Amino acid sequence: MVFALSLLLASAVVFAFMAVLPGDPARVALGVQATPEALEATRAEFGLDRSLPAQYLDWVGGLLQGDLGRSYVTRADIGPQVFDRLQVTAWLVMAGMLVALVIALPLGVLAAVRHRRLSGMMLSGASQVGMAVPSFLAGILLVSVVAVQLGWLPPGGWVVPADDPVQFLRRLILPALALGLVQGAVVTRYVRSAVLDVMREDYLRTARAKGLGPYRALVKHGLRNAAIPVVTVLALQLATLLIGAVVVERVFVIPGLGSLLLDGVANRDLLLVQSVVMVLVLAVLLVNYVVDVLYTVLDPRLRRAG
Amino acid sequence: MSEQVNVVSVPVAEPAAARRGSRLNPSLIVGGSIVALIIGAALLSFVWTPYDPTRIDAAARLTSYSGDHWLGTDKFGRDVFSQLLVGARTTLFVGIVAVGIAAVIGTPLGIFAGMGSRWAGEIVMRGNDLLLAFPALLMAIMFAAVYGPSTLTAMAAIGIATVPSFARLARSGTLGVMNTEYVLAARAAGRTRRAIAVRHVLPNISGLVIVQSSVAFAIAILAEAALSFLGFGTRPPTPSWGRMLQESQELLHSAPRLALWPGIAIALAVLGFNLLGDGLRDRFDPRLEVRR
Repeated sequence: MVFALSLLLASAVVFAFMAVLPGDPARVALGVQATPEALEATRAEFGLDRSLPAQYLDWVGGLLQGDLGRSYVTRADIGPQVFDRLQVTAWLVMAGMLVALVIALPLGVLAAVRHRRLSGMMLSGASQVGMAVPSFLAGILLVSVVAVQLGWLPPGGWVVPADDPVQFLRRLILPALALGLVQGAVVTRYVRSAVLDVMREDYLRTARAKGLGPYRALVKHGLRNAAIPVVTVLALQLATLLIGAVVVERVFVIPGLGSLLLDGVANRDLLLVQSVVMVLVLAVLLVNYVVDVLYTVLDPRLRRAG
Repeated sequence: MSEQVNVVSVPVAEPAAARRGSRLNPSLIVGGSIVALIIGAALLSFVWTPYDPTRIDAAARLTSYSGDHWLGTDKFGRDVFSQLLVGARTTLFVGIVAVGIAAVIGTPLGIFAGMGSRWAGEIVMRGNDLLLAFPALLMAIMFAAVYGPSTLTAMAAIGIATVPSFARLARSGTLGVMNTEYVLAARAAGRTRRAIAVRHVLPNISGLVIVQSSVAFAIAILAEAALSFLGFGTRPPTPSWGRMLQESQELLHSAPRLALWPGIAIALAVLGFNLLGDGLRDRFDPRLEVRR
C-alpha cells in the first residue's frame, strides 16, 4: 500500500517536473521551423491539447498497463525500446554486483579480523581510495590500459548473449569491472564494519573461549548475524549500480537504458525521458521496498516488534 | 528560572572533557590536508595560472610534459595544469552551493520533523523518502532535460537530491536532544519551540551537520564530475575536471595522460572530503572512534 502510494506520488512528481517545461512539447519535438498546422496536428495526435490532469491520468493509466506511450520525436512506441534496453542494463548491473561481492565479502571479513594489523589497515585504506574513484573514471582507466594499451579486450560495444556468448562476455568484463570495483570498495567497508560489530558480541567471545579459532568462530556464529546489515546495503547498492550504469554505458558505448535516457535528453524527446526516468525511479523504489521486507525476513526480532 | 535552564544545557554530542581528550586523528590530518590543497589550488587560480586555461594554441597541440607546460597540453593546445587549477574552483563552487542548498533546506526540515507534531514529522519524512527515489544524477539529468544543461542546474539538482540525507540526520539528532533533561527543563520553563530549536537543538546537532556536509561534498563532486562528463554539467569553455575527462576519452590511444590528471584530481578531492568527514565524525563523537 505504502509502495503503491509512493509510486503514484513519484509518477506525479516526474510528470509535474516535465510539465513545467517552458514552451510547448510539440514545438520542442518539431523544431522552430514547424508550421502552425503541423504543431496543431502533433498536439492533437499526442493529446497535448488536453488539460494536464487528463494527460497525467492517461500517462499513468498507460504505465499501469505497460504502455509507455509513443515518442513525440520518432513516433516509435517507447515500451518495447525501454524493455530491450533494460535487458542490457540488467546484465551490467548484475555483473557489476557479482564483481562487487567477489571483492567485498572476503576482503571485508579479512579487514575486520585483521583490523589491528597492518594488512587490515591497508585493506581499509585501499577501500577508502576505491570509494573515491567514480565508476566512469574506473571505466576510462580500464579502457586505456586493458583495451587500448594491452589489447586484451574490446574497448566497448555490445553483443546480444544469444548471438555470440564469447563476444558478449568479452564486452561485459570491462564495464562490469568498472561498476563492480567501486561498489566493491563501498561494500567492503560495510562488511568490515558489520563483522567488527559481531566480533564484539558476547556469544562470539564465548565461542572463542571454548577453543574455536577466530575464523571458525566467525563462520559458525558470526556471519549470519553480520549478514543482516550487509544484505541491506547490497540491495541499496543495486540502485546505485543502476544509476552508475547510466554513465558507464556512455563510456563503453553500450545501448542500455542510460544511453536511451541520454539520447532522449539530447533529442529533446520529452515523453521518452519522462518514461525512462519513471522506470528508473520505479526500480529504486522497488529496491527500497524489498529491503524493508528483507529486514523482517532476516531479523525475526523486527517481526515481533512490527 | 531561565538562567537555571542555561546552567544545565550541557551539550550531548560533544562532552567538553571528551573533546579535550580527543587527539587529531590520521583521517582528519590527511583529509584536511587534501581539502586544503584543493582550496589552495582554487584560490591560487584566481590570481595566477601558468597560462589562460581557455587559450587555444594550435602550435602547441598535445604536447607532453615539459618546462613550458608542466602537465602538457590538450587537443586544442590548452595548458592542462592551468585547466586543473581553475577546475578546482568549479568543483568547489558546485560543492559549496549544492551542499549549502541541501543543508539549509534539509536541516530545518529535519528539526521540524523531530520537534513538531507526530503527523507533521510523518509528512516531512514521507516526502523525504519520496525524494530519495530520485538519485542526484537522475535528478540532474531531469533538470538538464527541462532547463538545459548548465552549472546552475547541476548545482540545484545535486543540492535538492541531497536534502533527504540532511533532513534524516537532523531529525534523528533532534529526537535525541529532545529527550534530554535540559530540553525538558526549558519546555517546563515555558520556552517556545522555536527558542528551543535555536538555542538547544541546533547547537547540539551542528557537529553532525558539519560531518554530513563533508560527506555530501564528496558526493556532490562525484555527481558534478559525472554530469560534466556526460555533457550535462559545466559548459565550455569553463574548465571542469569531468569535462576534461570527457574530452580525453577520444584520445586514449595517443594521449592517455589527458585522462590521468583530471581523474587523479577528482579521486583526490573525493578522498579528501570523505576522510575529512570520517575524521570530523571521530572528533565530534569520540565514542565511534573505536569502530574504525
